[in-house]
Amino acid sequence: MRITVDTDRCVGAGQCVLNAPAVFDQDDDGVVALQDPAVAPEDRDAVDTAATLCPSGAITVHRD
Amino acid sequence: MTPDTAPPDTAAGSTTSAEPPVVDFPLRVPGESFPPPRYQDYRDRQGLVVSYLPNGRKVWLVTRHEDVRSVLTNKKISSNPDHPGFPNVSETMGVPRQEQIPGWFVGLDSPEHDRFRKALIPEFTVRRVRELRPAVEQTVDRCIDAMLAAGDEADLVADFALPVPSLVISALLGVPPVDRDFFESRTRTLVAIQASTDQQRDTASRELLRYINRLVAIKQKWPGDDLISRLLATGAIEPHEMSGVLMLLLIAGHETTANNIALGVVTLLQHPEWIGDDRVVEETLRFHSVADLVSLRVAVEDVEISGQLVRAGEGIVPLVAAANHDAKAFSCPHAFDPARTERHHVAFGYGVHQCLGQNLVRIEMEIAYRRLFERIPGLRLAVPVEELPLKYDGVLCGLHALPVRW
Repeated sequence: MRITVDTDRCVGAGQCVLNAPAVFDQDDDGVVALQDPAVAPEDRDAVDTAATLCPSGAITVHRD
Repeated sequence: MTPDTAPPDTAAGSTTSAEPPVVDFPLRVPGESFPPPRYQDYRDRQGLVVSYLPNGRKVWLVTRHEDVRSVLTNKKISSNPDHPGFPNVSETMGVPRQEQIPGWFVGLDSPEHDRFRKALIPEFTVRRVRELRPAVEQTVDRCIDAMLAAGDEADLVADFALPVPSLVISALLGVPPVDRDFFESRTRTLVAIQASTDQQRDTASRELLRYINRLVAIKQKWPGDDLISRLLATGAIEPHEMSGVLMLLLIAGHETTANNIALGVVTLLQHPEWIGDDRVVEETLRFHSVADLVSLRVAVEDVEISGQLVRAGEGIVPLVAAANHDAKAFSCPHAFDPARTERHHVAFGYGVHQCLGQNLVRIEMEIAYRRLFERIPGLRLAVPVEELPLKYDGVLCGLHALPVRW
């Protein structure tokens, strides 16, 4: 599992940080910041939740 | 209720014909539970449901979770209340139309909207909101102190649920302590839909706007460590737009939070096994969906939703309470179950307008429930639950009062 984020689409709702804090952060502007694009197995469910909850579709999960 | 529209049971037969079913507006009626049981019927029908506002305007009701999310992210659908087809439910439901003052950015579409949102995001990040935790705890405790000092009974709406968000917002905006009483009383008049007359609300609104403009002028000259000063320093929002931005924060963060606090306490008293479990916050947001009628839209181009053609200029009413009780999205949706794993409710809306202050609301709810039951373990309703005055006539769902004893 690999993730990419679209910072232009991000609306700063913070759902990703709330649900997968090991993977996502918000920078000083409140915009999504990826801690590590490679997702640890134990964080996969949380990342899926974050991607589903993101109101602006800024998170894409790649299963390659 | 208007007598000339067909009740849902007779209209149900029309799902097989080309004519979409028609239902009454207002959707909530006295004595009925919320969300209205009829929402189930609306969700089960094909396509969309037609409704007519009391002013005669036709609107489309969107009730399924998938459809609501799709409407709230569709670029052919606008949030602009100045559009002639916009379904202004508040105009017809005893609530004054929100003023289109500059900076009222929930009424703007992208990209105009985005400048405001981006400037405000840093104020409401998960980290920033966590820093507000001690201040929220102090506010909650002070309200509880006052209730305990006053005796062994209280109206939990007037004495707790409303003052908590009001005090939190005034601190966030940097309202000087000396002005907090003025600020709070005017805000209370503005958001207390039933208790205030239209004229009282107009007066309060004008006084607040004047006060906010003065506060902005003061912060321009003498910046402090507060939201207004920081926002001005970004230069992204013009001083004349600040009044709209600040009124919006004030109104959006107020009665919604209060209603969630009050209804959540009632639900916890009915399900005491969940007291002390923070997962209650997310489930309360979904279960009560107080902002059912808030995310209103208008089609600006022809658009198809769930197989139904919606013409440009037609109003769309996504019902978030209906979406949040959709069995296709939530297992046993009518059960209050804080342990559920589905978290994709739309209680805060969806898309670029999703509630900016949602993480602050979560913290206010969490601390309010926790401290209230820790400090007043004998808390109980002073009237039977079915006698609680439910708001059925406003845009938001909530309680007019919540009499409690301990």
